[in-house]
Amino acid sequence: MAYYNRSSAGDNLARGLGWFSIGLGVAELMAGRTIARWMGMEDKTNLIRAYGVREITAGVGLLALGDPKPWIWSRIAGDAVDMATLAEGMRDNPRAGNAGIAFGAVLAATAVDIVCAQKLHQEEAHYRSLPVPDYSGRSGFPRPVSAMRGAASDAPIAEDMRTPKILQFQPAAGQAATS
Amino acid sequence: MRALVWHGANDIRCDTVPDPEIQHPRDAIVKVTTCAICGSDLHLHDNFMPGMEKGDIVGHEFMGEVVEVGSEAKSALKVGERVVVPFTIWCGECDQCKRGNYSVCERSNRNKAMADKLFGHATAGLFGYTHLTGGYAGGQAEYVRVPMADRTHIKIPSGLTDEQVLFLGDIFPTGWQAAAQCDIQPTDTVAIWGCGPVGQMTIRSAVLLGAKQVIAIDRVPERLAMAKAGGAITINFEEESVVERLNELTGGKGPEKCIDAVGMEAHATATIDSMMDRAKQALMLESDRAHVLREMIYVCRPAGTLSIPGVYGGLIDKMPFGMAMNKGLTWRMGQTHVNRWTDDLLNRIQEGQIDPSFVITHTVPLDQGPEMYKTFRDKRDGCIKVVLKP
Repeated sequence: MAYYNRSSAGDNLARGLGWFSIGLGVAELMAGRTIARWMGMEDKTNLIRAYGVREITAGVGLLALGDPKPWIWSRIAGDAVDMATLAEGMRDNPRAGNAGIAFGAVLAATAVDIVCAQKLHQEEAHYRSLPVPDYSGRSGFPRPVSAMRGAASDAPIAEDMRTPKILQFQPAAGQAATS
Repeated sequence: MRALVWHGANDIRCDTVPDPEIQHPRDAIVKVTTCAICGSDLHLHDNFMPGMEKGDIVGHEFMGEVVEVGSEAKSALKVGERVVVPFTIWCGECDQCKRGNYSVCERSNRNKAMADKLFGHATAGLFGYTHLTGGYAGGQAEYVRVPMADRTHIKIPSGLTDEQVLFLGDIFPTGWQAAAQCDIQPTDTVAIWGCGPVGQMTIRSAVLLGAKQVIAIDRVPERLAMAKAGGAITINFEEESVVERLNELTGGKGPEKCIDAVGMEAHATATIDSMMDRAKQALMLESDRAHVLREMIYVCRPAGTLSIPGVYGGLIDKMPFGMAMNKGLTWRMGQTHVNRWTDDLLNRIQEGQIDPSFVITHTVPLDQGPEMYKTFRDKRDGCIKVVLKP
């Protein structure tokens, strides 16, 4: 079972990154052209918008889809793609300085993502090191299950809780009932 | 007095609040000796149920000693008597109560007008479970006011511990009704989704009612171990295909009876529909995650029965209703008519046929309740059922 604790430091950080992802994604989607111009990469406008969709998806995943670890790793992979795009875009670019600033920002975000991933995996490792409680003796019955099966088949159950006869499974003609 | 109070999403605190008082001649005040956190309380904690207000006292699974009785309840209750309080408040006089349909009592929901608008017709008043069900203060507290107390109680004879009888107020009859309304036959395979407290009670109920085989579906190892102890064949949905395994266990025909003991917060598995549900719920495009319902409709044997004790709060999306219709499935659902079952179940506990305390994994003082909500929600520390001692 994938483990995550929605109250832990790692999870809180992951949620923060989730909101950051959504904010960045919306900005990339809505202001893709402006961002592209600022970095001198107008030809990458549609690509930046696509990255915005990716960021929003990761953000929703981090905030709402349970275990944040796969989504943090998806962010790290996305960071790598962002950096590759920016590195390529800095070549022969009169606004290479702006693209460099963006590259630095992505690098910083990547560092936070990696810290978050490490923290989440450490928390899972700690959880997995704890002894698993043994509930295998907790039947609730005074005797073995085989002896208890059907012990309450005489229970008073009113007709409104019964399946109408016409809807009940009946043994096929000439056969014993089967499952 | 101290009580667990709802302040918002993921924010339940142990506060000091005014003591309850008799407000109506049919009221009683109960000093709570033991209470529990129910799985459906998590829907409030996670803020998935509409109708909560800051300051509401939570909790609907509790028992204790009667310390004050209103004038019109004195013929039924006496100070000093030990009672479990059912989570459904019922008048005993309306048309539905006379039919034994206590969870849809027509008179106990004091916010009937609001509930009528949301549900078409109001359901019964419940303790500590939103203003849509009356906005009554709950029982995770030192004292609680019990409305219509002349009816809304289960008297407990001496010789039984709180832990043995506490769950008569909710999860035991809920699991029992879930199985009973399937009308289990000795040839039936009963598949139960969810091995939380209600799922565990449903497993035992299905066994006692004589199901040929009971199959329990979950992903938490200790919960599956407890299910197996109760007589279930277990399926860990993270390790194997539920559909394939159920077909294998039923000769390819599917289980005749399917029970949803999960409700509106089905875990997001690797399936597309459950991930979409989580995303849509987060974006407020739907209120309930219905993965279990969809899977039950898919796997159930045609002409079979779906029983739904799991709590749903509002709207679900992408329901394969054509599949359900064409397969001729019978649907049984609803909140539990607790007192309809409790005489019989109390007898079974007294006779030693079952001891519901098997499900308790954590017992803590009331002031540790807020932290235990998180432990229970996150399924940490092997937590299956939390009992609180005020």
